[in-house]
Amino acid sequence: MSARTRTSVFLIAAAALACIFVDGLLDLPPLGDYRGPYGYVVTQVAVYERHATDIVNAINYDYRAFDTLGEEFILFASVVGVFLLFRPEEKSKKANHKGDDADFDGERLPVSDALRVSTEAIMGVMIVFGVYIATHGQLTPGGGFQGGVVLATTPILVYLAGDAMSFERITDSRLVKIAECAGAAGYGVIGICALLFGAHFLTNVVPLGTTGDLFSSGTIAIISATVGLEVTGGFVQLTRIVLREIVEQQLRGKS
Amino acid sequence: MTVLQWMSLLLVAAAAPGVVLSRDPKSQVVALSFYGILCALMFFIFQAPDVALSQITIGAVMLPLMILLALTKMRRHNLRQQRKEQK
Repeated sequence: MSARTRTSVFLIAAAALACIFVDGLLDLPPLGDYRGPYGYVVTQVAVYERHATDIVNAINYDYRAFDTLGEEFILFASVVGVFLLFRPEEKSKKANHKGDDADFDGERLPVSDALRVSTEAIMGVMIVFGVYIATHGQLTPGGGFQGGVVLATTPILVYLAGDAMSFERITDSRLVKIAECAGAAGYGVIGICALLFGAHFLTNVVPLGTTGDLFSSGTIAIISATVGLEVTGGFVQLTRIVLREIVEQQLRGKS
Repeated sequence: MTVLQWMSLLLVAAAAPGVVLSRDPKSQVVALSFYGILCALMFFIFQAPDVALSQITIGAVMLPLMILLALTKMRRHNLRQQRKEQK
């Protein structure tokens, strides 16, 4: 197919798509036009029923906790998938071309003082902020997922600061694996605990506490924390899997 | 809609072609990260702080980071292949 026919075929298809798109846009309801009853009902009753002031998380970790369980395991499964994809290749590389690694030793750029100082300064703030976001999901916007991702970026900051040894030590620790697995399993265990009380799976059976307290809203806060653990562990593992080869080489170059 | 909402929508609309039109993967990642922040700002202005937070962490941080890591890995793979051919 020549470039010209390809362009004309594209233009015809694009014109057809544009027509459908414009037709769809014209029928869109106006901004803020919400017709379903559930949104109004949930914003009315969630604070009284669940003692959680962030209704988004009351929905995520309670009213539709079962869906969130599935979403969490999507992340878990994808981390496992990356693990499986990268593992055999790296093993064979280690065995076959050990000498090749010397080629890359010279390519590492020196870390500037500005980068090192600013990453080291921001690291503590990031950890506190991540823990805050993950533990205050029931009170303010955020929750385990967002907090977990913030926490997972701190090892990358360590790596950016030029401290490959610490990066290796943090990400290789058994604690990361335990955090990921405990986080993923904890969600299910909390759900099963509800069964022991004679309630349905993932029913909020823990005492709700005072609205606005850190330890309030029952299982919402606990599930948020386990999701935070799982996400932190998962993303730290992901970065380690991809960066492992480079970091190991840098460490070998140093010693 | 308020002026602020219109402005955030226009910013997102202006930034999206920027991501598509930057051809070099490395600069595209930076553009994508910037676009992610603009999207987060838009969500925030439309009163969805929860979504905005998720968007910042995933769209502006983790997604560009994962693409950068993948690019690094591909580059090293190519370099290795080239050196093997030279030998």
